[in-house]
Amino acid sequence: MSMLEIRNLSASAGEREILRGVNLTVNAGEVHAIMGPNGSGKSTLAQVLAGHPSYTVTGGEVIYEGEDLLDLEPDERAQKGVFLAFQYPVEIPGVTNAYFLRAAYNEIRKARGLEEADPMDFLDVLEEKLKVVEWGPEIMSRFVNAGFSGGEKKRNEILQMAVMEPKLAILDETDSGLDIDALRIVASGVNRLKRPDSATIVVTHYQRLLNYIVPDFVHVLVGGRIVKSGGKELALELEARGYEWIEDLAGMGATA
Amino acid sequence: MTAVADRIDTTLPAWLVALRLRGEQRFAELGLPTSRDEEWRFTPISPIARASFGAAPDATVTLEALAPFMFGHAEWPRLVFVNGRYNAELSSVPESDVRVESLAHARSARPALEKHLGRHVAVDATPFVAWNTGQITDGAFVHVPARADLAHPIHLLFVTAPGAGESAVYPRNLVVVEREARASIIESYVTLAAGERYLSNVVTEVVVAENAWVEHTRIQRESEQAFHMGLTHVSQERDSHYRNFSFAMGGAIARHDLRSHLNAANVESLLYGLYFGRDEQLVDNHTAIFHDHPNCRSWEVYKGILDGHSHGVFNGKIFVTPEAQKTDAKQTNRTLLLSETAKIDTKPQLEIFADDVKCTHGATVGALNENMLFYLQSRCIPHAAARRFLTYAFAAEVVAEVALEPVRAELDRLVQERVGVGLGG
Repeated sequence: MSMLEIRNLSASAGEREILRGVNLTVNAGEVHAIMGPNGSGKSTLAQVLAGHPSYTVTGGEVIYEGEDLLDLEPDERAQKGVFLAFQYPVEIPGVTNAYFLRAAYNEIRKARGLEEADPMDFLDVLEEKLKVVEWGPEIMSRFVNAGFSGGEKKRNEILQMAVMEPKLAILDETDSGLDIDALRIVASGVNRLKRPDSATIVVTHYQRLLNYIVPDFVHVLVGGRIVKSGGKELALELEARGYEWIEDLAGMGATA
Repeated sequence: MTAVADRIDTTLPAWLVALRLRGEQRFAELGLPTSRDEEWRFTPISPIARASFGAAPDATVTLEALAPFMFGHAEWPRLVFVNGRYNAELSSVPESDVRVESLAHARSARPALEKHLGRHVAVDATPFVAWNTGQITDGAFVHVPARADLAHPIHLLFVTAPGAGESAVYPRNLVVVEREARASIIESYVTLAAGERYLSNVVTEVVVAENAWVEHTRIQRESEQAFHMGLTHVSQERDSHYRNFSFAMGGAIARHDLRSHLNAANVESLLYGLYFGRDEQLVDNHTAIFHDHPNCRSWEVYKGILDGHSHGVFNGKIFVTPEAQKTDAKQTNRTLLLSETAKIDTKPQLEIFADDVKCTHGATVGALNENMLFYLQSRCIPHAAARRFLTYAFAAEVVAEVALEPVRAELDRLVQERVGVGLGG
């Protein structure tokens, strides 16, 4: 059984149809890259998988670990191992990173029938997790993402991922706006968190990130549909040739 | 009816008798405000007008019962008032040159008292001030001499004992911090009479002398059936720094007027507030900052969390006279509405007559942000818990401005309890 089966998924935001029949199968151990021009629906796909309330699924289904994913609340999806690294992480002034991460960690533990961790136990857990993003403990006393640089926000997403230990990690434009050092830290964090039983979907506009997180499959999303799939060399081809040729291809496909 | 003078304690010094008489007369003339009065338009106090309040009964409480209100620091100097009267057994004031005493005891012996009491706030600043002034019996008197630097905050603890229903207390406080001194004052109104209906009508005058530094935390945790009317008048002299944090959680009708008078140049005044309302509570904060001199800075952040059918009122006045050039004033009021039926009347009122100033204000009112809720849910936190979490965050941002760590921790705990989150330490 595949970890994730997306079948003919359509979704809209208000009146606007964005996804128009996406099909995708992801197995444990695999890394899939979803590429495509701006406005093609990449981020929408990521958000729909995580359950963002702004989108309405208008057709198709998503089976995750044998279960109807679309039937679950966003928090239930997360508890079952679906993780979305946000393109625009939300700032929560007033709550420290330590509070926030412990709250998330304890919800997972509750969902798994384990006891909640007290602040001291959690500190031990954190020590290991912080190494993943090459951070010291001082980041924990700052308010969540408030006043963080773009790079710090993305590193914080990966820290959250480390705490949640997801089965299916979806990275939404995690590379956008990162300098090369931050990109390296974020990518190596993601690689360290890979397990044989986990899978990663990398949503990106640029090929650059895929030098660090090497995909097994590359899919090109145009106009709300996956119009071409291939291996990692497809990303290089897109980098070299841009998206226009593939948009033309999609246009021909649509009229054929 | 007995003549006014006959009802006043004859042991009072003449100046205090005169002050009380002025209060009594002004209150008789003014009566209680109505909603036709612009200052009270959004604050219907008719339940107070309709009620009649007797004298608060003599009562005592145990030290154990007060422990939850002491921030884990029993060693801090404290004056305890039970039902408006000073209680020496429950109070604890170490010997020092800092005067921390009951007004009733200090009234004849302290020149500073005569010099300042009732000299800063106008007797008719509000009808409630006139009422309070006419009733002055007891309260706290704190006098910090020049250049003193207090090791501990001074806690003024006003507690209502069980059985205080249908009575009224009129605490009258005076805090004088002389030049170049540093002091931290906590003023708490707490109750052991949960669910009882009584009235606290409080007036506090704070004098911050030249280059003095004062941090003033006001905590209002009255019974949710009680009425709390408080006015704090602050007079600041040259180069002084004053920081107020006003926390309001209790009261069926609760109002605090905070008036900060910047009486000389180069003064800094920081006003922070956090208020909660639920059920039918009415919580009102009226602040006024008087910029009368150049190069002063005021910074104000008030935040509120309203649930149920509660009603919040915020009025923030900033007056800048033509002399007050280079004024830097910023005011922010943010209210979170947790129900469809909660409401807030928020009104910034800036009157600026100087041309070289920086004055800004902003008010926001809203529900919890959907995107933030989704972010938390995507981190495993269920919707209801995410709502509580974000509500807590909204409050915590301003609680973080409380300078004293033990007080901050206690307010943080109160917020967690009220909001229903258990984040621990």
